[in-house]
Amino acid sequence: MTNTIVVTDALTKRYGERLAVDEVSLSVRRGEVYGFLGPNGAGKTTTLRMLLGLVRPTSGTARVFGHRAGHPRVVARVGALVEGPGFYPYLCGRDNLRVMARYRGLAFAEVETALDRVDLRERGADSYRSYSMGMKQRLGVAAALLGDPELLVLDEPTNGLDPAGMADMRRLVVDLAAQGQTVLLSSHLLSEVQEICDRVGVISAGKLLTESTVAELRGSSSLVVRATPADVALATAMGVAGDDAVRLLDDGRLRLDIDPQQAPALTRALVGAGAAVHEIRPAERSLEEAFFAMTSADNSASTTEEVQT
Amino acid sequence: MNALISSTRAELLRLRKWPAMWVMVGVWLVLNLTFGYLFTYITYTTGDATAGGESVPPEQLLADMMPAAVPESLIAGMPMFGGAIMLILGGLAVGSGYGWGAWKTVFTQGPGRLSSFGGTLVALGVIVSGAVVATFAVDLGVSVLIASVESQPIVWPTAVGSAQAIGAGLLIFGMWTAAGVLVGTLARSPALAVGLGLVWALVVENLLRGVAGMLGPVEAVTDLMPGTAAGSLAGALGVATQDDGNGTPGVLTVLGAAPAGGLLAAYVVVFAGIALAFVRRRDVI
Repeated sequence: MTNTIVVTDALTKRYGERLAVDEVSLSVRRGEVYGFLGPNGAGKTTTLRMLLGLVRPTSGTARVFGHRAGHPRVVARVGALVEGPGFYPYLCGRDNLRVMARYRGLAFAEVETALDRVDLRERGADSYRSYSMGMKQRLGVAAALLGDPELLVLDEPTNGLDPAGMADMRRLVVDLAAQGQTVLLSSHLLSEVQEICDRVGVISAGKLLTESTVAELRGSSSLVVRATPADVALATAMGVAGDDAVRLLDDGRLRLDIDPQQAPALTRALVGAGAAVHEIRPAERSLEEAFFAMTSADNSASTTEEVQT
Repeated sequence: MNALISSTRAELLRLRKWPAMWVMVGVWLVLNLTFGYLFTYITYTTGDATAGGESVPPEQLLADMMPAAVPESLIAGMPMFGGAIMLILGGLAVGSGYGWGAWKTVFTQGPGRLSSFGGTLVALGVIVSGAVVATFAVDLGVSVLIASVESQPIVWPTAVGSAQAIGAGLLIFGMWTAAGVLVGTLARSPALAVGLGLVWALVVENLLRGVAGMLGPVEAVTDLMPGTAAGSLAGALGVATQDDGNGTPGVLTVLGAAPAGGLLAAYVVVFAGIALAFVRRRDVI
């Protein structure tokens, strides 16, 4: 139990007629990078707001570090960036962080450390108003890092960043996790989650569809083979993998649901049967494919259209 | 308690560096000097009696500008002009944070919402107190200057009179600032808060007081309104009302000093309390 630091139980938020979050039960373990994945408007931000105590659940519970979400003792151990950065536009970046540092009772030296981590130290004296969207986003992350909180909640942290900035942000998250900080990040970018998250929770239309590791979500891996003549190849592949584990793809390739480690054995069998092997490679279902399969099975196509890769 | 102190220090930092705060306090000081001393002095030196009202003799104009009259000068403009500015200060200080998304960031820092918002209230209290004391000091300096230029003996205001005026100033400004904080909290938007607050303070209350003369039941209500209490406190401490010829708009003689002061204190507590209750309960979106 001590290793699970965020637990929600049937967490629900209803705005009038609209069910924004529908009985979401998720758990985040200490030290992991947890990806909260879903299309825009799926309920990610509302769930995170409830975890931070900004929004009251309609029903269900959210507990962080064993306390009710939003309890001052919990909030002090959590750093958060939710739905874009929110700062005083007339203050410079450094003063904005100093205000937050005072709220947290931290020394101003912590502000410099945080500015350093997001590469904003040189622009720290410029007014927040003059920042680009990416710089504002980075300042938001810097504010979340103040005081090295045990849990970081980052809502779409790469929003507004250019490709280099996105790569920096991913590296930062990986570094933080390496330091032992737990990171809960939401994203609609599958590639991002795939690269840096240990576990993912997939949410669509307010419902948590699944919660698992990235590998589990992608399912078992397989081998793709192109060999001729086709009838010999098919018969041999079925002999190796079993009749049900072989599918003939549209382009004449075969897909075998077997461990990619068996590639040499399969190649030997094909060559032994007189087939010419043109191509053999491991194929993994991308997270995107898994995601589309899951969301389209559960919902109408309208919710998946917004997903970008 | 630590959380409240941390929050107050944080809020003082961001309010101190807020140009709009200095503009508002500066505008109040300029208005106070302009209406309290500049126009009076011009009228006095040019002898143009029509500018300040025909009934005011020059000796009276001079006496109004002497150090002894500083307590009245301090609070004369507060019920209406100064109050309106403090209402804007309170409304902007709280309402803007919703538009900027800054409250969301503040409420995820650690101190509870009551401590965080309490810090804002205490910080605003410090600023308002500073504004009142600064106004007293500036008025005193200007009146001594005028007394020297006009070769008048310098008679200092009494300690009791000065203390009463400063206390009254704190109550009047505190009440209007708290009113601004309340509308800023309810509206969650600086523009709507300031707009509605000013319409109430400058228009609605005056219209109601006009109607009250004809309708008894309305009068019972208008006698207890925030603006009435503020104006009455100034009037009870010797500031001339508008009916006196050279008096200040907003200054009234409806209530005595004690009930007016008590009512103002009650308004401060009620306005701040309602704002705190809303901040604590409401979702931050």
